[in-house]
Amino acid sequence: MKFLPKNIIDFFLNTWGLFNFTKRFFIQFFRGKPEVEETIKQCFQIGYKSLPLVSITGFIIGLTLALQIIPTLDKFGAVSLIPQMLSIAVVREIGPVIIGLICAGKMGSGIGAELGSMKVTEQIAAMEVSAINPFKYLVVTRITAAMITVPILVIYADTLSLIGGYLSMSVNADMSIRLFFSEVFSTLTFEDFLPAVVKTIFFGFGIGLVGSYKGYNCSRGTESVGIAANSAVVAASLLVILLDLIAVQISTIIF
Amino acid sequence: MENNLAINIEHVKKSFGGNVVLRDINLKVYEGESLVTLGKSGTGKSVILQCIVGLLYPDSGSIYVYGKNIPKLSEDELQEVRKKIGFLFQSGALYDSMTVRQNLEFPLRRLTDLNDAEINNKVKDALESVGLYRAIDKMPSELSGGMRKRIGLARTLITDPKIMLYDEPTTGLDPATSREISELILKMKDKHKVSSINVTHDMECAKLTADRIVVLKDGVYICEGTFEELQKSDDPFVKSFFEGLNF
Ligand SMILES: Nc1ncnc2c1ncn2[C@@H]1O[C@H](COP(=O)(O)OP(=O)(O)OP(=O)(O)O)[C@@H](O)[C@H]1O
Ligand SMILES: [Mg+2]
Repeated sequence: MKFLPKNIIDFFLNTWGLFNFTKRFFIQFFRGKPEVEETIKQCFQIGYKSLPLVSITGFIIGLTLALQIIPTLDKFGAVSLIPQMLSIAVVREIGPVIIGLICAGKMGSGIGAELGSMKVTEQIAAMEVSAINPFKYLVVTRITAAMITVPILVIYADTLSLIGGYLSMSVNADMSIRLFFSEVFSTLTFEDFLPAVVKTIFFGFGIGLVGSYKGYNCSRGTESVGIAANSAVVAASLLVILLDLIAVQISTIIF
Repeated sequence: MENNLAINIEHVKKSFGGNVVLRDINLKVYEGESLVTLGKSGTGKSVILQCIVGLLYPDSGSIYVYGKNIPKLSEDELQEVRKKIGFLFQSGALYDSMTVRQNLEFPLRRLTDLNDAEINNKVKDALESVGLYRAIDKMPSELSGGMRKRIGLARTLITDPKIMLYDEPTTGLDPATSREISELILKMKDKHKVSSINVTHDMECAKLTADRIVVLKDGVYICEGTFEELQKSDDPFVKSFFEGLNF
């Protein structure tokens, strides 16, 4: 294997490891009693803590997006099209991807660091020797929680984003709230909404998976906790972008 | 094979990369016996304990716990064996996100069907036996290193294991507390007939608790015997452990 550069080998080893980790997730997910209580706790932990960041980002995206579009469309006298453009852009693409990336940063590093430090301080080993399955208790619950919370956060941020968009419209283009939202709701269809929600479930899965994988396989020594958290963010962000690409391809075929 | 063996290790080898840690480990622990392992830091004493509970796998050799060969077991079989084993980690390994009470309740709620009152009693007894009942509602981050280790011990003992593996139970504790812990280990042996392997540098603890002592050096056990026998040993390495002691 000498002739291959080390990072290429690492890449394939990581991919293989991630594949096995995924397999293990599905096996453990369906095996035995589900850890409902712990999953709810994790939803709160990873979801609720991302709320402030997600709220601010969501709101500002809509606000600035509308601000940017208004002068351009004003030239064509097409300002009334902005609610439609905004809702499509935000719901289909910008909301899921930006919030997905934010969650990749916040949740990916959080999960990676938490599991990493549990690994380093032998807490995972301690669970294992007391005949409790740490994979089910720690990993399955976190991945599931990310799959539940990311879509909710995205929908929530989309809403705030549209409110932000309305605010900038009402100030700069004197549009009423009624008109704005009736335009929004008459534009958005099930075909805009469903693929967006489905893909954010996958984003959540990817973020939880990568964060747990990096943390769970953290090597010995405290410095590796930082490495685990950091590489979790990088890998999770990349995964969100890749999943988005795939999701868009698939949804254009189906719809 | 003798059937009163709790643990039987045969020809175990283990290396990490190029670092050969265990060369040829052979060890028998009889039921109810308390065995102490001596050896320099970094010689693989913790690695042996981790191999016994299946946290690490040896490169070759067999490890029988009550006749079951640990490296060959399936995950479910391994879990069954682990229920009989208690493991005190060198670092205590308390769950950071839980209070002391939750730490102790955790294995009980998951592995037994005791009711709340019974669990409460057990938690109380276990904490009192390590002298830390007052810490019940604290978080692990609020505890000192020695307290963490004692809570770790309480959490391990609470499930009534048949085999105990102590990784340096008294390191970092003051002499008085060390003695209490040694006495607790002795009590576990006398009252509950627990078989144990105790890794320690604390010769007082060794003297008090050991039925038999083995000395690990360069990946093999170089000698074994009772405390008194080893004390008379001519081997300079073995002697070095007893130096400065006057019992
Ligand atoms: N999981 C692991 N991966 C790589 N090397 C390891 C691992 N566990 C232990 N080692 C190495 O094995 C050797 C023995 O480690 P071990 O922790 O068993 O020592 P020890 O005898 O318990 O020492 P101490 O008394 O300081 O606890 C060390 O050189 C350590 O670096
Ligand atoms: Mg050790």
